[in-house]
Amino acid sequence: MQNVAIADQTVELHDPQTFITKYVWSQDHKVIAIQYSLTAIFVGLVALVLSGLMRLQLGFPDTFDFITPSSYLQFVTMHGMIMVVYLLTALLLGGFGNYMIPLMIGARDMVFPFMNMLSFWVYLLSVIVLMASFFVPGGPTGAGWTLYPPQAILEGTPGSDWGIILMLVSLAIFIVAFTMGGLNYVTTVIQARTHGMTMMRMPLTIWGIFTATILGLLAFPALLVSAIMMLFDKILGTSFFMPALVSLGENLDYSGGSPVLFQHLFWFFGHPEVYIVALPAFGMVSDVLATHARKNIFGYRMMVWAIVGIGGLSFVVWAHHMYVSGMHPAFGFFFATTTLIIAVPTAIKVYNWVLTLYRGNIQLTVPMLFAIGFIFTFTHGGLTGLFLGNVTIDLPLSDTYFVVAHFHMVMGVSPVMVLFAAVYHWYPLFTGRMFNEKLGKAHFWLTFLGAYAVYLPMHYIGLLGVPRRYFAMGTTDFIPESAFTLNASITVSALIVGLSQLIFLYNLFWSLRYGKPAGHNPWGATSLEWQTPDVPPHHGNWGKELPVVYRWAYDYGVPGVEQDFIPQNHPVTDAEHTAGEPEGSKA
Amino acid sequence: MKFFKTLGTKPWLHDGDVGAVAVDYSGPHIDAASRIALRFILVVVSVIFFLFIITFLARSQYPDFEALSGAPWQPFTDPSRLWINTALLALASAAMQLGVSGARQGKLNMTVTGISSAVCFTVLFIVAQLDLWMHLQSMGFYINSNPANSYFYMLTAIHGLHIMGGLIVLTNVVFRVWYDNSPESLGAPLQLCTTYWHFLLGVWLVLFALLTSRPETINALAAMCGF
Repeated sequence: MQNVAIADQTVELHDPQTFITKYVWSQDHKVIAIQYSLTAIFVGLVALVLSGLMRLQLGFPDTFDFITPSSYLQFVTMHGMIMVVYLLTALLLGGFGNYMIPLMIGARDMVFPFMNMLSFWVYLLSVIVLMASFFVPGGPTGAGWTLYPPQAILEGTPGSDWGIILMLVSLAIFIVAFTMGGLNYVTTVIQARTHGMTMMRMPLTIWGIFTATILGLLAFPALLVSAIMMLFDKILGTSFFMPALVSLGENLDYSGGSPVLFQHLFWFFGHPEVYIVALPAFGMVSDVLATHARKNIFGYRMMVWAIVGIGGLSFVVWAHHMYVSGMHPAFGFFFATTTLIIAVPTAIKVYNWVLTLYRGNIQLTVPMLFAIGFIFTFTHGGLTGLFLGNVTIDLPLSDTYFVVAHFHMVMGVSPVMVLFAAVYHWYPLFTGRMFNEKLGKAHFWLTFLGAYAVYLPMHYIGLLGVPRRYFAMGTTDFIPESAFTLNASITVSALIVGLSQLIFLYNLFWSLRYGKPAGHNPWGATSLEWQTPDVPPHHGNWGKELPVVYRWAYDYGVPGVEQDFIPQNHPVTDAEHTAGEPEGSKA
Repeated sequence: MKFFKTLGTKPWLHDGDVGAVAVDYSGPHIDAASRIALRFILVVVSVIFFLFIITFLARSQYPDFEALSGAPWQPFTDPSRLWINTALLALASAAMQLGVSGARQGKLNMTVTGISSAVCFTVLFIVAQLDLWMHLQSMGFYINSNPANSYFYMLTAIHGLHIMGGLIVLTNVVFRVWYDNSPESLGAPLQLCTTYWHFLLGVWLVLFALLTSRPETINALAAMCGF
């Protein structure tokens, strides 16, 4: 391979000289990470605006003429797909994965920097194709983010001409991009760890990203397969998923296909996708909690086992998204059982986070606030998941706002809380400056309380039976007037939360210029990324010598040591060696 | 069970010598990294074809499915054309292997012969597959007239695309070695390409067997998968 920058540095590293090679066609993992992140945040903002438009319609029906039933469905679809795939997956793995992996394991770069660069540009292409669907005749697809056939490609669904084709093509391109990035992440973790960095000395962030990437490599093919087959159905008239149909009084040429087959494929991707987003978030929040509670993570080994266990189990729960599609009762029983089993390792993680806080020296910094906020939102989202995992409870709730509230709490708000925690936590590393603490706290409280103001009442209106996916409720006897008032209040809260993200953006850019210089390791963290010779790290990360790792990433509050932490690259002292293991660190 | 052993270690203990390093990391590891990456690629491609095959078996149980083999009028009741294509791909694989042996022994002529004949046979395979498509079309087996036909066209197309991807990578490898003028560095990447070729030959054999199966065989397979 060309342009190899592997840890042993037998190949001379050439610092990029021109603006183009430094910031545009860059092969440096940190620049690629920032390119990934900015692109993801840009599409994320588009999706945020779409959700605002949806909320305006739901909160104040018959008020906004420019939101038609078709455009409402298009907003729903694009919001969902962008947030799950193009924002969260790209930001967590392409952004944080790229930035953190080489730094945290002590490598100079990814093992295949050229492929890494290609991964970003192909991702950008997928985003452009997706965004193009806003400008084609008929607009973007309005099939719902799950794109179920037959309606996704039939006339009558918004965007059934061009929108759906662009969506499927864009997804296929995204998967190519992800696979190139993913190969890099796993290979780098396996192959490019520095001296002394055993697998079990890796910070949990890396374990989360590593496992999520393997999940992605195994799950995205299912989406690719279903996208290809649906494209064939749409363009070439095959009948993989399309049953015999009468549409607008006309017999269509399709016959005999199975729409449920698509659902199986889609959710075989879709459920692991939840964990592709969640596992890196689990990892990052563990590191933020341990650092800001000045305490080793409780039960490190159990945390790793839980990540691996959740990864494995995530492939055998997919059909719990399909209870209402109709299935053999034994199937439903099986998938309900596996769904409840996956709650066990997840609960272990939650307990361990709480126990990490227990008797810790908790610093209520902005990243810590977001991390603690995450424990709340994730527990709430997870508990409603236990309800919905049961067939009999899911059936009546499946098409209501209860489900919307559940999945937004568990995989919308929670990963986003971690993302904010992570951005604030590593901002001094990315930029060399501290963010504004007051603005950060204002951002936290508005986001955290605002998220509850949005989603708690949403659970309630879901229990009342308010159906999801509807443009307007109309006159419905079983829905009380109060549900409409609640909807209006949810909309107002959602708009406030949406606008409060401007504080975050302002803080990011303001602090870039006016923030206090952060210096080395402002949080007193142990992991390697904070031990670089330069902040922010330069090309090649480590100067002349690679770091050597002597210990795990969680030596906080070690007795008899001057500071309350020992970085991973500090040798073990004789005193420590004889003192044995630190108290309370058993898994 | 190294994996479980790894997961069982207790990183908070400082056993062993003070300052001991756990992983001895030295020497250029890029070949090893490429091997790992290739393994992951093979897994990803396997998953893709596995899922296609699973949907094939599920779809085969719907009444409109007519297998391409079994009755005398079906095109693959006599699969001789497919055997010719298979032979081409097998020759390409063998030629790649020859190229690797040449590169290992430092015999440049043997390497060049191996690689160039591999490229020839591979391109011929793709042309032969396209010709087979034409043949099926002329017999009235269109892509949308039956799900079995759809699967045939789709799976051969996806397989062909993977082969073309392999050709692009192989071209890249050869040209890089050419420009660097370092034939001795060809061995490792060529070995990876060859593994990929063998793998795609394997995938093709599975697809061949599946697509030319009689209805009874397909039904039995589907029953085994619970469809």
